[in-house]
Amino acid sequence: MLQFKELKKLLKNIPSGLPSVKMALVGDTATQFLATAIKGMGVERGFFIDLFEAEYNQVERQLMDPTSDLFTFDADMIVVFQSTHKLAEYHSTLSVEQQLSLADDRLSFLTSICENPAFANKKIIYFNYPEIEDAVFGSYANKVTSSLVYQVRKLNYELMNVAQRYPNLFICDIAGLQNKYGRDMMFSSNVYVSTEMVLSLDALPYVAGRVMDIVCSIKGKFNKCLILDLDNTTWGGVIGDDGIEGIQLGHGLGIGKAFTEFQMWVKKLKQRGIIICVASKNNEEVAKEPFEKHPDMILRLDDIAVFQANWETKVDNIRTIQSILNIGFDSMVFLDDNPFERNMVRENISGITVPELPQDPGDYLEYLYSLNLFETASYSNADKDRTKQYQVEAKRVSLSKTFTNESDFLKSLNMVSNVSGFTKFNTPRVAQLSQRSNQFNLRTIRYTEADVTAMAADPDIIDLSFTLHDKFGDNGLIAVVILKPMDPNTLFVDTWFMSCRVLKRGMENFTLNTIVERARAAGYKRIVGEYLPTAKNKMVEHHYSNLGFKKIQGASSDLYELEIDTYQPKECYIEKE
Amino acid sequence: MERKEIFEKLNEIFCDVLDLDEVELTDTTCADDIEEWDSLSHIQLIVAIEKAYGIKFTSLEIMKWKNVGEMVDSIMSK
Repeated sequence: MLQFKELKKLLKNIPSGLPSVKMALVGDTATQFLATAIKGMGVERGFFIDLFEAEYNQVERQLMDPTSDLFTFDADMIVVFQSTHKLAEYHSTLSVEQQLSLADDRLSFLTSICENPAFANKKIIYFNYPEIEDAVFGSYANKVTSSLVYQVRKLNYELMNVAQRYPNLFICDIAGLQNKYGRDMMFSSNVYVSTEMVLSLDALPYVAGRVMDIVCSIKGKFNKCLILDLDNTTWGGVIGDDGIEGIQLGHGLGIGKAFTEFQMWVKKLKQRGIIICVASKNNEEVAKEPFEKHPDMILRLDDIAVFQANWETKVDNIRTIQSILNIGFDSMVFLDDNPFERNMVRENISGITVPELPQDPGDYLEYLYSLNLFETASYSNADKDRTKQYQVEAKRVSLSKTFTNESDFLKSLNMVSNVSGFTKFNTPRVAQLSQRSNQFNLRTIRYTEADVTAMAADPDIIDLSFTLHDKFGDNGLIAVVILKPMDPNTLFVDTWFMSCRVLKRGMENFTLNTIVERARAAGYKRIVGEYLPTAKNKMVEHHYSNLGFKKIQGASSDLYELEIDTYQPKECYIEKE
Repeated sequence: MERKEIFEKLNEIFCDVLDLDEVELTDTTCADDIEEWDSLSHIQLIVAIEKAYGIKFTSLEIMKWKNVGEMVDSIMSK
């Protein structure tokens, strides 16, 4: 972790051209250092944080008064840090009766912020409360509902429930940081006394890191895939030398349990929707044997989306995995016990995350916990099936090799798509895809669940979601189009994004046919599309010209138009369900 | 610990924390003499000195110092 002074130095020379995030920070203690740390961590993660820092201790005024500086600044993200310290201070001024509602009062304040229509399109990042054990009752505080310990724990628990009700509310789990590093690391009394800051200098980079983890994931920058080495990473020992009986795995005494528990963690990531892959220098059959036969293996072959075991370099194998998954290297994490392999991967694949695993496998998990590698801004049930979908994709890739003619291959897939507007069932997935799609995304506008719900209710907006399934399986919801009226004759393609796993299937043609059909039915004459370039969406640079749109000359951005009357439906092999 | 040694060490710490090329601290140097030394970087200096010597200053000491000489007195008293 970078130190505070290093974060501060990063601000002396901010590279130009970083994407900017407009953020407001309010706190009930002094926040100057936290502001510096967040801005520095922003640069470290590739963002320019355009930060408004409210005057000290103005949380209520800034957030409730529509004429406050915070409202005027109009941030996209609002970070609210109300400290346990001030809460404890307040607690001590209350009668026992009032203490009973301490947590509830704080929660209703937060709820009122979340429900303020002025904040509907903003993300609120709210710090939870690291516990202060004030020892007024000792352990007995657990039985005393008015105690500080009870109220703080209740508050943290209820915050999780409030966060589920408001999709624009994100809890920044600094209580979790304190669990990991301890109160004595988080808080420094002499710094507090002389500055009113409740976070120690050592804690600041971690706290800023957790804030930026959330910001990055909201902005679509997060890890999606974990690539594992096998020998001494996934199990103890070397399968090629030690054989299936010799590798260390399983409970009981010894290092085997470290690997078993590591695998349990990986399995949970897989169940959460992280794609698990293997890159190992081994013979394939030898490498697969433990996955098939070892009784103590937690990971099985069907947990692994892409299994690369051969004598190529790790770099080549990771590139192969990338080409099958079609996701950016900057969303991949590679774990390997061997420092040489780690360095080679780091030097040759830019953007990939390669943690410096500790020497002792017993330390792997606690170290990995500390990195918070898999922060996310959304979670839906469809995530669980992702591994299956990639395995199916690997099968499709091998089938397509047996057809010489692309249309024969596409026909053979028996593809069917269901087209629907936004509903309460698909809203989480639409919002999630809006946050995840980077490559096939024409304008890269991120929408939250609240935004999606609002658009669904707007009669002027045509919202379309597309699923795709074929004879190998169901890809689920894979494309979204949002059309907004530009003038009485013209529909503007506000949003068009698609999951990259359905590239080259004619889905673009099917989507455009659907768009034109709907536009025509609504009486429009013309469709206008726009390409807004980002670092990642070069893939769709020529999207509209490829589909027969004409570039609008003299426009200030890349605008394209399509006449509806003369449009001929494009050929595709996808049936509408 | 020699006073002179402490001053040398403090010169290093000040340069590092305040991002200065060079500094020559004396007993009477105070925050007014160094532009980068403000109330916030003061805290960074304290934490850096605490770490360098493995000591902890009391809140009172931190508030009381008027110049570097008094900081050095505090360090020597630990």
